[in-house]
Order: sequence, then structure tokens, then C-alpha cells
Amino acid sequence: MSEVKKAIKFTLVLMILLGLIYPFIMTAIANLIFPYQAKGSIIKVDGKAVGSELIGQKFTDSKWFMGRPSAVDYNAESSGGTNYALSNPEFKEEVERNIEEFLKKNPGVKRSDIPADIVTSSASGLDPHISPQAAYLQVKRVAQANNLPEEVVKKLVDENIEGRFLGLFGEPRVNVLKLNLSLLEEIEKNKK
Amino acid sequence: MYSNIVLFTMILVIVLLTKPVGTYMYKIFEYKPIKLDKVFLPVENFIYKLSGINAEEEMSWEKYALSFLLVNTVMMIIGYIILRIQGFLPLNPTGVKNMESSLAFNTVISFMTNTNLQHYAGENGVTFLSQMIVIVFLMFTSAASGLATAAAIMRGLSKKTTNLGNFYADFVRITVRLLLPISMLATLILVWQGVPQTFAGKVVVDTLEGGKQTIITGPVAVLESIKHLGTNGGGFFGANSSHPFENPTWLTNMIEMLLMMLLPTSLIYTYGLMINNKRHALVLYISLFVIFIFLAVGAVYAESHPGVAYSKLHIDGTPYGNYEGKEVRFGVSQSPLFATVTTAFTTGSVDSMHDSYTPLGGAVPLILMMLNTVFGGDGAGLQNIIMYTILTVFLTGLMVGRTPEYLGRKIETKEIKLIAIAILVHPFLILFSSALTVMLKVGASSVTNPLYHGLTQVLYEFSSAAANNGSEFAGFIGNTVFMNIMTGLVMFFGRYITIILMLAVAGSMAEKIPASPSPGTFRTDNALFGAIFIAVVVIVGALTFFPAIILGPISEFLSMT
Repeated sequence: MSEVKKAIKFTLVLMILLGLIYPFIMTAIANLIFPYQAKGSIIKVDGKAVGSELIGQKFTDSKWFMGRPSAVDYNAESSGGTNYALSNPEFKEEVERNIEEFLKKNPGVKRSDIPADIVTSSASGLDPHISPQAAYLQVKRVAQANNLPEEVVKKLVDENIEGRFLGLFGEPRVNVLKLNLSLLEEIEKNKK
Repeated sequence: MYSNIVLFTMILVIVLLTKPVGTYMYKIFEYKPIKLDKVFLPVENFIYKLSGINAEEEMSWEKYALSFLLVNTVMMIIGYIILRIQGFLPLNPTGVKNMESSLAFNTVISFMTNTNLQHYAGENGVTFLSQMIVIVFLMFTSAASGLATAAAIMRGLSKKTTNLGNFYADFVRITVRLLLPISMLATLILVWQGVPQTFAGKVVVDTLEGGKQTIITGPVAVLESIKHLGTNGGGFFGANSSHPFENPTWLTNMIEMLLMMLLPTSLIYTYGLMINNKRHALVLYISLFVIFIFLAVGAVYAESHPGVAYSKLHIDGTPYGNYEGKEVRFGVSQSPLFATVTTAFTTGSVDSMHDSYTPLGGAVPLILMMLNTVFGGDGAGLQNIIMYTILTVFLTGLMVGRTPEYLGRKIETKEIKLIAIAILVHPFLILFSSALTVMLKVGASSVTNPLYHGLTQVLYEFSSAAANNGSEFAGFIGNTVFMNIMTGLVMFFGRYITIILMLAVAGSMAEKIPASPSPGTFRTDNALFGAIFIAVVVIVGALTFFPAIILGPISEFLSMT
């Protein structure tokens, strides 16, 4: 019996140490050193939170660059992929549907130019990135919808590409929300 | 090419860290003084005093095993109670309800056994308080349990005394000296890269299109660091390490892989120091890396050459490859590498959805869980490695017709019986429960993909449970009463039977009188032994699992060409 009591006391002591004291101390330190990241990398425009740099957002209007298909429809209260096997007929149906939609949205784009990422669902359903090519293919449409010259929009994509670190690590990518925010800036600049 | 650079960079980093970390663990296990004792000893003594523990007591293998079981059981019961009443407790900004009983049963076993199979989604299944005092707490203690029992087994194989040490002291020293400091450092690096650490809960933002998006944050970073360091693998969010808040950049992806690899690899060096035979440890280290690299390269190849499933879509832009269920920032190079690391090192965290892998790409993590000995999780991995090493020594002994010896001690009927049971438990749990599940309607209804892939889903679920891995073919519906109980039992037996049997082997070996090796003793410190060791692991794995692999992934692969 005393052994059991010892084990219970041991459990409670460690639970308080590892489950309460440790996380609270780390939260305090993290928020002191990295307040922006610790709170979820929330981007603010004119003091208003418009999204998290890290969490993908849904864009359906032609004037915006669009992200990848999402199994959770970019609802950040959940997360996940389709979990279709490649041998599952639903996989083929889903991707064919995405391809058709992308071609319809972006007239003039050749099917063979489409990169895999923009027509397949991401793992988290909240992927904030697309590949550079997926962004370039949307330039014409976005430029037309916003009455901007194509070169200007293409330049925005150029500026938003994050390349491989040292040319070796990570995949080339474009953060869709950041790209659209710089697009928004460009639109407002032209209004003035 | 890029995947190979990532792979070999990681291996290089690990090789450089193995010696210092392995030596440090040796000092922890062998009570060697270190400079930081001034900091650590007061904390440890405080824990001993509060819980009334005599850290000096030496334990026999039976006493050690009982203390381990008792502490684990108590932790599971208290964790279970908290999950059942979590809705009434504080720190619940997301409004989570109490957990259902079969799910809570599954969850506490899952986290105590270092498996972290999750039949709930983190966003709405557990409160912030539960994430910390149940999930994070069990992540620390399950890793500490694995490492402590591994330390005891190593002592049994190397010491002159018949006692294996003190479970409580090992447990506390591992937590305070090893797991906590590295976790703290890793937590801060992860936050720097963008992993949240806050109690704010939900953030509602106004999207550019004029809608609302509710973003769940939370104390993610403290969970994320021990999740990988402790080879646990359970995610704060449903999407696990593919969620941008758990794994925001290519760098965090590599750090998480390195954290998974750090302790299991270094522990082999520790083993070399404990048994005073570093060359033997080196042979094991290299042999395991050979299997690991072979499978990692295979997985990357499969995912970047997805075959007919993609070629008939006629989309040939860059990037090309199987992007279904993968994140752009990891692509088809870092994703399959992560899948290989997470199953070799028995963690179970995923940065891509394994269910949507190509048939052969998905077979790699499955095979690694079936082999269950390519480094493995913290502590438990080394125990499996020792198990296969003794089997190898025994088989070579049979071949040359001598009584096999390991580390100067004879391997006799008793040990080999225990080892045989330990090796057979794993395939029995996987194959028996898979067969039962596909035969019963209540089990087969969890399958969500057709034909061969459906069978692979079942095999994957139980391999993951038995290997205490925790990754899933996530389309599989895990949260049913039947699956909660089945996988709960598989995880429980998969973990405790092996550890208890290996403690018994260590206890039995400790009682033998070591003899100095004669010229006829089969050497365990050369390339020949390494080759035979690899062959034994592969052959035992192939003999038990080949039929199942053919029915699942290989048939799926053939059906798609």
C-alpha cells in the first residue's frame, strides 16, 4: 500500500512540475522573446487582424491569388487532408475536378503546365503556400480582374517567392496571404 | 538530389551529436558527477522528498519491473480521470467537453506507452489543461519510462551486481537532466520559427475576402518539443506536424526529425560505454543506418515518381510528384524523409498524410513499424535492438555449433525462450488483430479506402499500435468503441510484454558469471556480425510479414501499373 501511495505522490508531483510549472515558465519566456510568433504570427493591417502568416486562407474571388484545395475548406478550427488513396477512384475524380476548375478560372493556361500542388489537397488543409509556378499561372487572371498591368502583378509574385535556403534546403514557395496583401497594397496605390 | 542533401545533413548532425549526448546519458545512468549537479541535484532531491522516495535503494529486476508497472498504471488512471472530467476543469478556452470512456481508455494507454495514436482531433478533443497535465506530462513520463528501463537492461548486461538500479531515481534523473533541458531549448527554437505558445485560445480574424476565420492557437511549442524528443508523436492539432502551427518551416521540419533521431541513436553509444565495447555498438549503429538510408531513399523515390496515378492526369508542371496530402513547404523530398524518420524512430508524428502516399511510398513506414527495430523509440528501441542482437548471436552459435555467448555471458534456454516470446508478440498482435478486424463488420466498417489499400489501412493501424508508433493512415476511422479497445489492448501488450521480458533477460544475464572470450567466441564487433544482424532483422521481418505486405501495398502497386 505504501508503494501505491508513493507512486501516486510521485505522479502528482511530476504532473505539477511538467504539466503546469514548465509550460507556464516557457509561455512567459516565449512571449517575452518572441511575442509575435508566440501568439500565432497574426498579421495586422491598420490595426485589424487579417489572418495568420502561417495559416492558409480561403480565396475564391478572381481578383485574388488562390491557394491549394483544402479538405477542411480552410476552417482553422479543424485540420486534415482528404486521405484518399491514389488507387481510390475518388482521388482521380477530385483532382480532375480541381484541374478543370483551375483551367476554367485561368483561361489560356495549358493543362500540361499545371504543377501538382495547386490541384491536390494539402495535408493540413491549411497550407499557406503554393509553388511559384502555381502563382505565375494566375498572374494573367489576377491582373485582368484588378485592371493592373501583367508585369506589375508578375513582379509582385517575383518578390514574394521564398527560395531554397542556401540553394539547398526547403522548397521554393509563395505565401498566398502575403502575396495578396502586397497585391492589395498595389491596388490601393493605384487608386490614389 | 535535395532530399539526399537533407538526409545526409541530418545524418551528419546526428553523428556529430551521438558521442556527446551518448556520453552525457552514460553519466546520468552511471551517477557520474557533472558540473551542473549544483542545479540538478536540488530539483531531484526536492522531487524525492515530496514523493517520499528512497533514491538509494537498489532494485532486483522484479522490483524494478513492478515499480515501472505501478507508476505507469497510476499515471494512466489519473490521466483517465482528468480526461473524463476535463470539461469541468479550468483552462478550456475552446469549450471542449468531457472525453467519452472508450476514447479516454485508448488515449491514456496511447500516451503512456509512448504510442500517441490519436483517435481524437486535438482542436476539439482535449482542453488546454489536458494538453498539458495529461498529454505533455505523459509524453515526458513515457519517454523517461522507456529510457529508465533501457538503462536497467544495460546494467544487467554489463554489471557485476545482480541489481538493476533504482527505477524512481533513473526516471527523475532522465527527466530533470536530459528531457527537460533539451525540451526547453527546442521549445524556444520552435517558437522563434513560428510555433505558438500562448493560452489565448481562439483568434478571430477578418479575411481579405470579407469573411471570418477562427484560428486556434495554444500552448503548442511545449508539446511539440517533447513530442519529438520523447519519440511520442501525438499532435496538438488533428493534422499533427503537417499543421503550420506545429511545423511552420523547412527548418522546424528538420529540427523535429533531428529531435526524433537524437536519443535513440545516442543511446547506442551509451550502450557501448555501458558494456565497455564501443566497437560492438558501432557495428549496430552502422547496420541500422544502412537499413534506414535504404528505406529513406526508397520512400523519396516513390513519392517523387508517383507513376500512372499522376501521369494519366497529364499535368507536368513543376513541382511534380505526389502532392496529395503533402504541404508545399516540405514537398516530395522532406515529407517522405519525415515519414521514414517518424517510423524508424517510432515517433508517429506526421508532416504529410501517409494514407495518400503511393503504394510503395506508404509501404516504407509500414515496413519500418513491422521491423520495429531500426533504432526505435527512446529506450524501447534499444531494447528491441538488444533482443535482435541476442537472437543473432544465438543463430550464429547454432551455425557453428557452440554455446552462444553475448558480452561474455552464455545465452541459455531461459533467455532464448524469453527473447523468442518477445519477438513473436509483435507479429502476433499485428496479424491477429488485423485478421479479426477485417472479419468482423464492426471492425471492417472503419476502412475508408477500397480494396488492397483498405487492408493496408488496417495493417497500418495495428502495426502502429503494436510498435508504439502512433502514426495512422488517417482516413481510417479509429474512434469507434471496438477500435478504441482493440488498439488500446494492442498498444498495452506491445509495450509492456516486451519491456518486462527484456528486464527478465537482463536480470537473468546479470546473475551469470562472465567468462573471458575464447578464440572460438563469435565476434560481435566486426562487419560480418553487422551483415548477419541486418540479415536476421530482414529475414525475421520478411518471414512474418511478407504475406500481409503482398496482400496490401504490393497488390495495390501492381494493380496500378
